[in-house]
Amino acid sequence: MQSRNFGLWLVAALVYAFLYIPLVIVVVYSFNDSKLNTEWVGFTLFWYEALFNNKEMLIAARNSLIIAVSASICATVLGTMAGLAIHRYKLKVLPILVFTPIAMPEILLGVSLLLFFLQVLNLTLGMVSIIIAHTTFCIGFVTIIVWARLQGMNWSVFEAARDLGASPWQSFRLVTLPLIMPAVVAGALMSFILSIDDFVITFFTKGVGEPILPIQIYTMIKVSITPEVNAISTLLMLLTLVMIIIATMLDSGVLRGEAKQ
Amino acid sequence: MALLEIRDVTRRFGDFTAVNNVNITIEKGEFFTLLGPSGCGKTTLLRMIAGFDLPDSGQILLDGINIVNMPPEKRPIHTVFQSYALFPHMTVAGNIAFPLKMSGKMPDEIRSRVRESLDNVHLSSFANRFPHELSGGQKQRVAFARGLVNRPRLLLLDEPLGALDAKLREEMQIELINLQQEVGVTFVFVTHAQNEALALSHRIAVMNQGNIEQIDEPSKIYGFPRNRFVANFIGKINMMDVQVLEATYSHLKLIVAGLGEVTAPGKEGVKAGDKGIMAIRPEQVQILHHAEEAEVKGHFPGKVHDYLYVGNVTTYIVELANGIRIEALLPNSTAGRAKFFEVGDSVVVTWQHDASTFLND
Repeated sequence: MQSRNFGLWLVAALVYAFLYIPLVIVVVYSFNDSKLNTEWVGFTLFWYEALFNNKEMLIAARNSLIIAVSASICATVLGTMAGLAIHRYKLKVLPILVFTPIAMPEILLGVSLLLFFLQVLNLTLGMVSIIIAHTTFCIGFVTIIVWARLQGMNWSVFEAARDLGASPWQSFRLVTLPLIMPAVVAGALMSFILSIDDFVITFFTKGVGEPILPIQIYTMIKVSITPEVNAISTLLMLLTLVMIIIATMLDSGVLRGEAKQ
Repeated sequence: MALLEIRDVTRRFGDFTAVNNVNITIEKGEFFTLLGPSGCGKTTLLRMIAGFDLPDSGQILLDGINIVNMPPEKRPIHTVFQSYALFPHMTVAGNIAFPLKMSGKMPDEIRSRVRESLDNVHLSSFANRFPHELSGGQKQRVAFARGLVNRPRLLLLDEPLGALDAKLREEMQIELINLQQEVGVTFVFVTHAQNEALALSHRIAVMNQGNIEQIDEPSKIYGFPRNRFVANFIGKINMMDVQVLEATYSHLKLIVAGLGEVTAPGKEGVKAGDKGIMAIRPEQVQILHHAEEAEVKGHFPGKVHDYLYVGNVTTYIVELANGIRIEALLPNSTAGRAKFFEVGDSVVVTWQHDASTFLND
C-alpha cells in the first residue's frame, strides 16, 4: 500500500514537473543579469526595462489587447445567442455547425479565412480581419460553456418569467441573463485567453501592417533569444493566470451558489 | 358567463393525440381539477391555457374572449409549476414582487402587496432569504404567493404538491383550500393523485388518453363513476361481470355468473340483455358471521381468504362461491384488535343495492 502510494505520488510529481519546470525557467531567467539563457548570473529588471522601451513590442501588445477585447466581446454576444438557440430549439444540426470550428485544425481555419477575406470579401488584411477571424474560433467555446449551464437549469424558470407577465426581452434581461452570467463571463475570459496568444490563425489573417504580440515574439526569437522574450512571456503568463483564476472562481463558487435551487 | 371555456380543443404531437376534442367550462371561484394518469393530456391542456402551447384546433375563451393567440405574458393567468420555478437569483420578496413589477405597479404598492402576501403564507420573516435557503414546503408557499399576488383571473397549478412528503402534502392541501377561499381566485389544478383531487376540488374532470371521461363533483365521481376507467382510477372498487336480466327506470336486475341475481340502481339507456360490470366499493360491502340470511336475495356466502391490517381499517378478501374475490373494508373501531374474522371463516357478504353501479362495457 505504502510503496504503491509513493509510486503514484512520484508519477504525479514528475508530470507536474514536466508541465511547470519550463515555465518556471522562463520566469526565472527573465530576471537574469545575462544575455544568455544558460547560467544564472544575478538579479536584474533590465529586460523588463528594455521591453518597455521597445516601441514595436508595445504597439504589438496594444494591438493584441484591442483584438482580444473586441473579439471576445463579439464572440461572447454571438456565442451566448447560439447557446440559447441550441438549448431552446433542439435542432441536431445547430451544435454541429457551431462546434465544428473548434475541432477544425487551426491551419485549415487560417487558410480558409485568408481565402475568404481576400477572394470573397475583398478585404484588406489588418486589425478588422484578425478580429473577425478570432471571433470565429472563439464563438464555439462560449457556446459550449453557456449551453452546458443552461442544460443544468430548470427550464420552467424561464417559462415562469413569461407566465408572470415578462415580455421575451424582460424575461431575458431579468431572469435568463443573470442566471447564465457566470457562464457568459467565463466564456468571455476564455475567448480573451485564446485570442491573445493565437499564432496560427493570426499569422494567416494579419497581412503586412500591424505587429501582433505572438508573431512579434516569434520574430524576436528568429533573430536571437534574449531574456527580453522571457520578460514578455512572463507578463503574458501573469495575465493568463489572472484570467484563469477569475474564471475558476466564477465557475465553482460565488454565483453558482446563488443559482442553485 | 363562464370564466374559462375550453371549446373543442385538440392538440396532436405527430401521430399522438395528446388532447382530443376537449370541452370544459369553469365558473368563477371554482376549484377545478384535471385528474388522470401521466400522459393523459392534463399537463398539455394546462400549458395551452397558460399560453406555452397552442391547440391545433378549438378555442380557449377567458371571459368570453378567445385567448389562443395571446402570448403568456398578456394573459391574466398565472401558473404554479411542479418544480416551483422560483427565480434562484432573487430573494423571496424579489420573487413575489416580480409579477407586480412586470405589470408596472408603483414601488409603494409593490412593497405593501409583497408584505401582505408574505403574511398570507406565513413567511414574513423569510423575505430576504434566497430560494435555496428554503425547505420544500416553504418554496411551495412562495410559489403560491407569487402566483396569487397580482390577483390573476385564473391560477393554474401543475402537480404543485407532488414533490412534498405525505405529511407535508396533507398540511399544504388544507392550506391550499384556505388560500383559495380567502383570495377567491379560480384554481385549475392538475394532479394524478386521486385522493388529492377528491379532497381539494369543487369539480373534477377525469382524463384518459386525451379524452375527458367524466366531469363531476368529487362525491359523484367517486360514487357514480360513469365508466370502467373512472371506477378503476378513483379509489378501490370490486367489479363483477354481469348481464342485465330486467331493466326498469328505478332499478336493474342483474345476473352474476355462478352467483345469482343482484339489484342495482336504474340507469338510462340500459336494456335487458346488455352485458357489463357491477361495481361496488369495498367500504360498502358488509361481512356477516352467520349464514342464516343466506337464502335472502343479495346475500352471498363465502370464505375469508386473506386480510390486510393498515391501522384505521382492515381489508378482508372474501372468496365467493363462484371463485370471485371481493374486498370489504371494515373500520377498526375497537382498539388493539386487528381483525374480526379469521382466514377460512365462513361468512356472508352483502351490500345496499343502491350503493352498487352498473357499467356498460
